Amino acid sequence: MLIGISAVMLMLFNGRIAGISGILGRLFPPYDGADPGGAAAFVIGLLVAPLLYVAVIGAPFAQTVSNNVGLMTAAGLLVGFGAVHGSGCTSGHGVCGTARLSLRSLSATMIFMATGFATVFVTRHLMGG
Amino acid sequence: MRVVINVLAGLIFGLGLLFSGMTNPAKVQNFLDLAGTFDPSLICVMLGAVVVTFLGYRIAFKRPRPVLVERFSLPTAKNVDGKVVFGAALFGVGWGLSGFCPGPAITSFLLLAKGTLIFVPAMLIGIGLARLLTQTRLSSKATSASATEA
Repeated sequence: MLIGISAVMLMLFNGRIAGISGILGRLFPPYDGADPGGAAAFVIGLLVAPLLYVAVIGAPFAQTVSNNVGLMTAAGLLVGFGAVHGSGCTSGHGVCGTARLSLRSLSATMIFMATGFATVFVTRHLMGG
Repeated sequence: MRVVINVLAGLIFGLGLLFSGMTNPAKVQNFLDLAGTFDPSLICVMLGAVVVTFLGYRIAFKRPRPVLVERFSLPTAKNVDGKVVFGAALFGVGWGLSGFCPGPAITSFLLLAKGTLIFVPAMLIGIGLARLLTQTRLSSKATSASATEA
């Protein structure tokens, strides 16, 4: 719900898609018409969110993140490269694109869901990790 | 004003990810684990976000232009090309391996888990590489086009 409200806000006021990989990409040159300042402001909002969450709830946020250096490096490279090469991630294709009924986004969403399911199946059930 | 809207939108987006559990990689991997600990609650998160966005966009697109800028900046590409398929496929593998996609990873950064501190810089390098590749392709296309003209 909150994610949707945020996406609508960005479109209504700034006319932009709330796609995180796109917003992160806009922090890199070339900047022609990409509004890097706006992208940086959005990222600051994201970074501050957990601090606000912890302050309001009064308890630390419970999270389980893998400590495996090689795995997290490879996964980070794949996620960053794949999202920009494929023109979108969970938010850009999955939420905003799907909400615009874009066949391209719907296809991308089904593909990354499928490889995500397959990857977890292989790592958890075939490799027992 | 635009900066205020951007910071607020980022904050609301991040809170949405935190409250829904998207920022917990273990929960995301459980969602992706159809054959094991499948946790369907994230489907509701996704659907909730899509429905709200769908309805909100209908209101937004009734306006001739956005409130604060000249025009809507919408993606124009509609075709499902090899680039989208390949990119999305790689993205899904990384998402499954880590349980992180870009939004939750950035939102988690200041929670300072060791894995996040490794993942985020690697992701930024990946983003930079993909942009560099697109740039190189565009400029080599431009070069070959001008070579043909000559």
